[in-house]
Amino acid sequence: MENSRRIFLKIAGISALGLSANPVYNAFAVSEEHGGKKEPKEIPKKGTLTAKRWAMVIDTRKFKSGKDLEPIIEACHKIHNIPVFENKRHEIKWIWEEEFKHAFPDLENEYMNERIKSLPFLVLCNHCQDAPCVRACPTKATFKHEDGIVEMDFHRCIGCRFCMAACPYGSRSFNFRDPRPFIKETNKKFPTRMKGVVEKCNFCRELLAEGKKPACVEASNGAIVFGDLEDPESEVRKLLKSNYTIRRKVALGTGPAIYYIV
Amino acid sequence: MLELAIEGSKKYYGWITALIAAIGVGFGCYLWQLSFGLGITGMSRDVSWGFYIAQFTFLVGVAAGGVMVVLPYYLHDYKAFGRITILGEFLAIASLVMCLLFVLVDLGQPMRILNVWLYPTPNSVLFWDTLVLNGYLFLNVVIGWNVLEAERNGTHYPMWVKPLIYISIPFAVSIHTVTAWLYCGLPGRGFWLTAILAPRFLSSAFAAGPALLVLLCLIIRRVTNFDPGREQIQSLSKIVAYAICLNVFFFLCEVFVVFYSKIPEHMDHIKYLFFGLHGHGVLVPWMWASVALMIISIILLVNPITRRNENVLAVACICVFCGTWIDKGLGMISGGFVPSPLHHVNEYVPTIPEIVITLGVYATGFLILTALFKMAISVKEEVSG
Repeated sequence: MENSRRIFLKIAGISALGLSANPVYNAFAVSEEHGGKKEPKEIPKKGTLTAKRWAMVIDTRKFKSGKDLEPIIEACHKIHNIPVFENKRHEIKWIWEEEFKHAFPDLENEYMNERIKSLPFLVLCNHCQDAPCVRACPTKATFKHEDGIVEMDFHRCIGCRFCMAACPYGSRSFNFRDPRPFIKETNKKFPTRMKGVVEKCNFCRELLAEGKKPACVEASNGAIVFGDLEDPESEVRKLLKSNYTIRRKVALGTGPAIYYIV
Repeated sequence: MLELAIEGSKKYYGWITALIAAIGVGFGCYLWQLSFGLGITGMSRDVSWGFYIAQFTFLVGVAAGGVMVVLPYYLHDYKAFGRITILGEFLAIASLVMCLLFVLVDLGQPMRILNVWLYPTPNSVLFWDTLVLNGYLFLNVVIGWNVLEAERNGTHYPMWVKPLIYISIPFAVSIHTVTAWLYCGLPGRGFWLTAILAPRFLSSAFAAGPALLVLLCLIIRRVTNFDPGREQIQSLSKIVAYAICLNVFFFLCEVFVVFYSKIPEHMDHIKYLFFGLHGHGVLVPWMWASVALMIISIILLVNPITRRNENVLAVACICVFCGTWIDKGLGMISGGFVPSPLHHVNEYVPTIPEIVITLGVYATGFLILTALFKMAISVKEEVSG
């Protein structure tokens, strides 16, 4: 008896080890092949807006006060089923306003232009070129598309919040409780989330797939421009050529894709 | 050998019952957390890791600290530690189980935990951390069990165990190094973004782990017929003395760099912890208590007269344990999140259910520790008597 139980446990243990080793082996096998074999390419469906690298330019000169930003935030939060919580600790936001000194803590001057000092800035996920959140995620629930968009897989996220610690822009929110009862009006075309997963701005990937521009861009009366950073003819590139722009925390080397004209 | 863990005196059963009761209460709170979400904790959008991850970090240190009895015995043939290596290994097992439980209770979607291995991601430090933690746990279970069984049977442990013992030594260092790398590789967190973080973690680990072991040895001597030995306790306390001095030294290195360079992003966190920032400073008294405890312990441990007195030694070890616990179990994690990368000061205070769940995990660890130590000591009593 004693013996057979032991043998059974040994075999069970070794089998379990073998089963769990396979995916680990595969992961390394894939990364070794990286040079030779190409990874599968994303094929966008017909009518999708595509780009080599999506980027955004926010012309803050076109905003007079926080009032001008409200419809933009509202548009985003409405279509993405963002809940409204009374408890600030549970807050979820994809795009929101910050004072200059918070949006650009490393650029704050003691004496500053009145307009910039009092003007609220729109902040959102920067869809970094070399995103620390993508590097940190242990399950690839946060990943980077070929067009530069950093997206979340809500169904794979284990809720470890490593990405939140990694993000230097505070762009990520965690569902500290079930958000569904707190969504004013559910948009059936975009998934609601469950408790325990992280979420953030997705550059309206679901709208791009329908050939539309992001909701914040549409609601901004031309203050926010969205386009392909790699295309010299794009509107984004033209704005960058003719205006001085700043990005958040450039010194960290993350390569933010959101540019601000101040 | 497991049967040895379920035979004992009334007091032993009383202790076990108390631990199981604490686990029960903690588990009840966990079920609540599971149904409501992590919103029942004090964590927030700005402070997205709290008490759980802090305890995890501290206990990885305690687990790694066990190697301080294994290394001198197996690498330097320091025979005296042969009596207590098993205690170090079993302490590591109990600590690692607590670590893994703390990671589990911190997850938003714990039932998806296997995604870490189903979609292995070598660029994530967390992936590596799960590997080294589980690896070190596995090594200690196999080594501890075989060595103890051999001792009971009056034989030498099987030869294949020896390489595992040697592997376990760098593994112990790796678990705490990789745990430090979780934090110190993040670009926007000035408090953690320092190469000294892993050495700091290791030095505090090699102080806290052996300090707890000294205390456990003193308790074992009092409640059982097995004496871990005066020489063993003294040697351990010298290790604690060196490690706590190094820990304070590393911290001072950090303080110098931060306050001489005066880079706000690095300075603000330490200011928040020790002086408060923009009127917020719940941790200020704690942090100064931690400093005081470490200084007192250095005085008591470095001075041979006080170190040799076992009553004073016990006080010194309690100081080390509490001081390093405050440093890592309270300040290290929430200190890194306050102020936030956008320079908002939103403080973190754990909630009652969060603390109850934490105590439940600690009770689980102590239950495992009690059972394992009971087994080890019963074998030692059997062999000697």
